[in-house]
Amino acid sequence: MTVINATTIDQVVSALREYPQARLVQGGTDVMVEVNLNRARVHDVISLRRVNELRRWHVDEESGTVRIGAGVPYAEMERAPLCLHVPALGEAARTVGAPQIRATGSLGGNLGTCSPAGDGLPVLSALDAVVHLRSADDARDVVVHDFMLGVKQNAKRADEVIVAITVPLLVGFQGYAKVGMRNAMVISAASACLVHDADNGNVRLAFGAVAPTIVRARAAEAWLAERVSLRNSLTLDGAIAREFGQLAAKECAPIDDHRSTADYRRHAVAVLAERLLLRAAEQQGRDE
Amino acid sequence: MATTTATSRATLGTSAVRPDGMPKVQGRFAFASDVWADNMLWGATLRSPHPHARIRSIDVSGALAINGVSVVITADDVPGQLTYGLITSDQPVFARDVVRYAGEPVAAVAADHPETARRALDAIRVDYEVLSPLLDAEQAIDGSFAAIHPDGNVIRNQRVIRGDQSFVGDVIVEGSYELGMQDQAFLGLEAALALPDEDGAGVELFVATQWLHEDQKQIAACLDMPLERVRITLGGVGGAFGGREDISLQVHCCLLALVTRRPIKMQYGREESFFGHIHRHPARIVMRHHADRDGTLRRVEARAVFDGGAYASTSSAVLINAVTHMQGPYRCDIATVDGYVVRTNNPPCGAMRGFGVVQACFAHESQMDKLAVACGLSPVDIRLKNAMRTGDRLITGQIVESVAPVERCIRETAALPMPAPLLDEPDALELPGGSGLTARRSNIRRGVGWGVSIKNLMYSEGFDDYATARCRLADGVVTLQFATAEVGQGFVVLAQQIARTVLGIDTVLLEPISTAIGSAGSTSASRQTWMSGGAVDGACRLVREQLFAHVGATHDVDPLRLAIDATEVIDTMGTLRVAVADAARGLVLDETFEHHHRATEELDENGQGNCHVAFAFVAHRAVVDVDPDLGLVKVVQIATAQDVGRVLNPLAALGQVEGGIAQGLGLAVMEEIVLVNGKMRNPSFTDYLLPTALDAPEVVVTMIEEPEPQAPLGAKGIGEPPCISVTPAIVAAIRDATGKALTRVPVRPQDIVFGD
Repeated sequence: MTVINATTIDQVVSALREYPQARLVQGGTDVMVEVNLNRARVHDVISLRRVNELRRWHVDEESGTVRIGAGVPYAEMERAPLCLHVPALGEAARTVGAPQIRATGSLGGNLGTCSPAGDGLPVLSALDAVVHLRSADDARDVVVHDFMLGVKQNAKRADEVIVAITVPLLVGFQGYAKVGMRNAMVISAASACLVHDADNGNVRLAFGAVAPTIVRARAAEAWLAERVSLRNSLTLDGAIAREFGQLAAKECAPIDDHRSTADYRRHAVAVLAERLLLRAAEQQGRDE
Repeated sequence: MATTTATSRATLGTSAVRPDGMPKVQGRFAFASDVWADNMLWGATLRSPHPHARIRSIDVSGALAINGVSVVITADDVPGQLTYGLITSDQPVFARDVVRYAGEPVAAVAADHPETARRALDAIRVDYEVLSPLLDAEQAIDGSFAAIHPDGNVIRNQRVIRGDQSFVGDVIVEGSYELGMQDQAFLGLEAALALPDEDGAGVELFVATQWLHEDQKQIAACLDMPLERVRITLGGVGGAFGGREDISLQVHCCLLALVTRRPIKMQYGREESFFGHIHRHPARIVMRHHADRDGTLRRVEARAVFDGGAYASTSSAVLINAVTHMQGPYRCDIATVDGYVVRTNNPPCGAMRGFGVVQACFAHESQMDKLAVACGLSPVDIRLKNAMRTGDRLITGQIVESVAPVERCIRETAALPMPAPLLDEPDALELPGGSGLTARRSNIRRGVGWGVSIKNLMYSEGFDDYATARCRLADGVVTLQFATAEVGQGFVVLAQQIARTVLGIDTVLLEPISTAIGSAGSTSASRQTWMSGGAVDGACRLVREQLFAHVGATHDVDPLRLAIDATEVIDTMGTLRVAVADAARGLVLDETFEHHHRATEELDENGQGNCHVAFAFVAHRAVVDVDPDLGLVKVVQIATAQDVGRVLNPLAALGQVEGGIAQGLGLAVMEEIVLVNGKMRNPSFTDYLLPTALDAPEVVVTMIEEPEPQAPLGAKGIGEPPCISVTPAIVAAIRDATGKALTRVPVRPQDIVFGD
């Protein structure tokens, strides 16, 4: 077993070329569970923990975006100032595991593992995030929707490392809500992220843990855009919100498992979507 | 502010600090998994993936070919009895021809490294002929499934029949209740270190267990050794809750040590732990209550079916507890109870905190709420009206001689303050859904519910579960010895408190907890404070008698006039006052005492007989916030008044109450081993959910202190009652908030959203 303690992204990508079978380990919160449960035999490891570039984030005022390094821990996302720039990400980060997990887990890991229950992924989907990948040969950007291919499947090539994610700075409400079977430290049974992009006049909604990968409720988004003016202000009544939730729930394909049932998950995302939309309208009212 | 020069003495009644407390908090405590020996090998267990299968053959050659693997053992290598068990010896050390549950041990290996051992397990080829599993308890009863074990599919059937069987009440309520399988989920995983004697004719075992002498007996039988050649010392234990009463890795570990003549260390991981110990019985209980119009309970009918899983463990005793507690803490003259505990190909079930009474209580308390509605009474009034008192008869005919302050438990619980109402803009983390931020204030409804319980203390049905302790006073220092398993309950500090109180000496040392002294019985059944506490108290009193005889002779005072006052021997009728340390100088006093509780009887075929020793009572009031649209729950507050006899250590008592409530809350709203076709779907703490800090409620407590005359220290056991009636109280509160029937625990979100 070879362990490479990289300190730069260049070292990571050249190590990937030398050890194409190597596992990339950032926080280790997925890898170590697999190893401990005897579900993975790890041979070669490239540790990303000392790659400082991966743990930086910055706001680009010109493009109106935030670029977040793939190794920025959730603990940093849930705190100001980062949570003020991307509130939904802050809320999602707070729901991840225990404080110890949040101190080390990251979006790079969430995307790399690509579980439909990954807590950060609905936020990235709702924000139309861009994933930045690097290999020894090239660098490419992939929209998150094209990156997530299925249950624990993504578009990352074996020779690539996820280096960062870019999300837009938006004016308008954004929120995340997650149903688990206890009040903290729990894997998602269903989650939702709703973003109101007031400047561009749209509401975007994504669900987690209710399909093989993250679901964007595009039909419900379009339905809402036809009925409600979404540019700048957001005014709607409870009936609209309810129907929005129910329509959105039709776009997911949940399963029965030991954590929950398909019926409950479908029901839960409808409720979450309705409540998030109402919150968006309430916040709008408060801000005006 | 006044200053005191005398340091307060850690005697009975004080919150004396546990000797293991600081080391545990600071990570210095040596748990059984921390024990090492030079030259040791690692043991590991191969388990069946199938709930029911015939073993055609086992080929271990691949494992033996791996460098570093010392030995592979199977049923063929067991020198003595091939089976073990707490009540009946029906569980194989290793499955020989058939496996009866997914997770049953088939072979064990010893290797130079845990990873080598793991690879060796992968290399063992077992040829299974998969059989269809018996999973439905009713099929075990009706005989429609062929016997899956030579002992048959019904482990025990017991009726309790009392009074006029044709009686029909003015008011009748009925219901069907179900409980899922709960796990003890102790944090310190199963672990042991076995050291073979040089002559190979004996073994020394360091192990985390609940009852050293019972382990010794079962291990010796399987190893075909005299008892004294199996010497057991307690390894550091991180919780038990009933899950360490049965043999898990003990025989495997000793056998590997004897075969290899090397020290063997075994330890389970969290996943293996779920397969390595028994669980709480899932149960289905159908109940019908008959009452007068004014709410006076007249008759209880019940049919209870407990799924014991593949092996008997303590199932028959669990069933007896269930059927004899069906009436709850209420007077009731007529009973028609039928209980079954059956064998299936599900994982084996046995002892867990509450031991059969948890299941009965969820049913009878749900029924009492129905009865209250039917009679137009409040949940509190229906319970007060029927509250049992000392001298009342149980449905077994046994008279409750214990202090029985049921009414007081209810009234004092009701008198505890209610939690503050929800704020208009509460902290979202405090709402149902917690960190998931699913709810707003407007989504929440609050509910209140009640539960009251009766729980037997000590073992029942004629079993003499005595406890032994030794007290040695030498050079002014007391040394205590006992085999009482310290599993986290705090007996080690209680024993010191007793000795300090009885003998007036503050330095109390403890010998290692081992089989070098007689049995203390199991650390279970809320019994060690009473039983081992009684034994330590008795041994210390014997030493004190001799001390007084010596002081009397020295000072020419009748020893009967002497007493201990703090740290001095005093003449109660004179002026003599001498420090115990001075009085004991040069003396070596050494006494051993066995405490036995009063004898009990077996039940007859109609479930009649004085089968229990004593009883403890408790009331719980739960306040919950529910998000009905999402089915999410936050338990806000539990108020409880518990009948404890006497508080011997306030901090330790509070710990038992708070911990028990968390465990009962777990059963109410989240803890369940999910089984699909006999296989566990969630053997991990990722998916077997325990309450977190955000799930734990505020707990407000009143200890009801009415000393129990039968108990050596006046104190009743307090470990089990906290977790029993809190579960139905929480479910009743959720019903109150939602109007849903909720007849099954744990209550799942989908039960609240879609239930009737």
